[in-house]
Amino acid sequence: MGGRDTDIVLLDENGIRSDGRKVNETRKVTIKAGVLKNANGSAYIEFGDNKILVGVYGPRDVHPKHMSDTDTGILRCRYHMAPFSVGERKNPAPSRREVEISKVIKEALEPAVMLKEFPRTAVDVYMEVLQADGGTRCAALTGASVALADAGIPMRDLVAGCAAGKAADAVILDVNNEEDQAGQADLPIGYMPNLKKITLLQLDGVLTPEEYKQCIEIGIEGCNQVYEIQKKALQDKFFASGEKQ
Amino acid sequence: MSGERKRHVIPGEVITSGSYRAEQNTIQVGDNIVSTIVGLSDIHDGSVRVIPLTGGYMPKDDDLVIGKIASHSSLSWTADINSCYVGMLPASDVFGRDYSSSSDDMTAKLAKGDLIAARIVNADMTRDPLITISGRELGKIDSGELVKISPNKVPRLIGKRGSMIQMIESSTNSQVTIGQNGLLVVSSEDPNGLLKAIQAIELIEEQAHVANLTDQVNEMLESKSE
Repeated sequence: MGGRDTDIVLLDENGIRSDGRKVNETRKVTIKAGVLKNANGSAYIEFGDNKILVGVYGPRDVHPKHMSDTDTGILRCRYHMAPFSVGERKNPAPSRREVEISKVIKEALEPAVMLKEFPRTAVDVYMEVLQADGGTRCAALTGASVALADAGIPMRDLVAGCAAGKAADAVILDVNNEEDQAGQADLPIGYMPNLKKITLLQLDGVLTPEEYKQCIEIGIEGCNQVYEIQKKALQDKFFASGEKQ
Repeated sequence: MSGERKRHVIPGEVITSGSYRAEQNTIQVGDNIVSTIVGLSDIHDGSVRVIPLTGGYMPKDDDLVIGKIASHSSLSWTADINSCYVGMLPASDVFGRDYSSSSDDMTAKLAKGDLIAARIVNADMTRDPLITISGRELGKIDSGELVKISPNKVPRLIGKRGSMIQMIESSTNSQVTIGQNGLLVVSSEDPNGLLKAIQAIELIEEQAHVANLTDQVNEMLESKSE
């Protein structure tokens, strides 16, 4: 996979990428927790030009009833892209890609959430991509874990997401849309920073074993940076106005 | 090791390490005690817990809750108790052991929409929590104003040994029935007292994280009484 031909210079001679970042630099990430009144927990995340709104409901009754589990609560995730999130109008019906991303995000969050305490209930996570610019699954995962914490769902750790990849023969951190389209590989990582465990790992493209190791390394470093922002978002919402008691 | 400062924690954050017991909202990971929730950590007598700042109400045995009758079958009522589980109130609890579904009219005692003060008898999570309305201060609620607050702020409203709620009750001449599920019924002969009590409760709901809340509430109660 050599990537598609493009006029864009993905990496110039000074090691600066098409959007002005260095190879090991993430885009600007901002997260705000608790933005929706009607959901039990919510978060709004801007990951570069990605804009994603996440709402969490639950624990609540399971409908349809047959999905409920008497031993544990269940987690349900929906990742959805708004029709206006991309250049050409996107059909709002769930696509094959959205179904896949919903599934991988659900599986990336499951090791973190502790739903054994809520048998016969469901926790629903709705992720709405308002604007997409590459790396939405990592951004949605990051936002979802903040929204879950905001809803008061017990979690072993937050899950932070960040992608690594390869473009113009260089290993890069946080692949944007252009680098995803024209680059050589994209490796999204979901990571629990305190437990030091990876919960999401996908790879699109070809990497040598050496490059793969590098990608994992800088990807985890990226997740740690994203985690600090997640932490700040929760602290801002819950602890900002009151001094320590 | 009591008296250690309370700290703000988020899920995954290490509270302490060493030989402590991990209690409410914490887990043990290796040597560390880790929070599972956003809240205030509290280390007391060798045990660690986190007081939650968010989240819904989970039924616990012996909790007093305020519920709203949602429906009934021929043997029991179900009540909305502001939780992810509904409360089950068996008909025999109201009619006695010789209850018969053919001769007793359940809607005559409790109809849909009625408010009840109930106690949780059994909340083992294998089935919906069982509640009872037989007992002192329990039963159907006929009058009063229903106020809803976050269940996490109920302990703050009650205060140390009931100091906060007693202060509100005595200075506004009202009675407050507090459900652990965050539903309250405020009643008073004096409409002004009722309004003031509700305002005080709303103030506590908004300012629950502030340190000297009791003074602030006291100030508010006194300023309006002039």
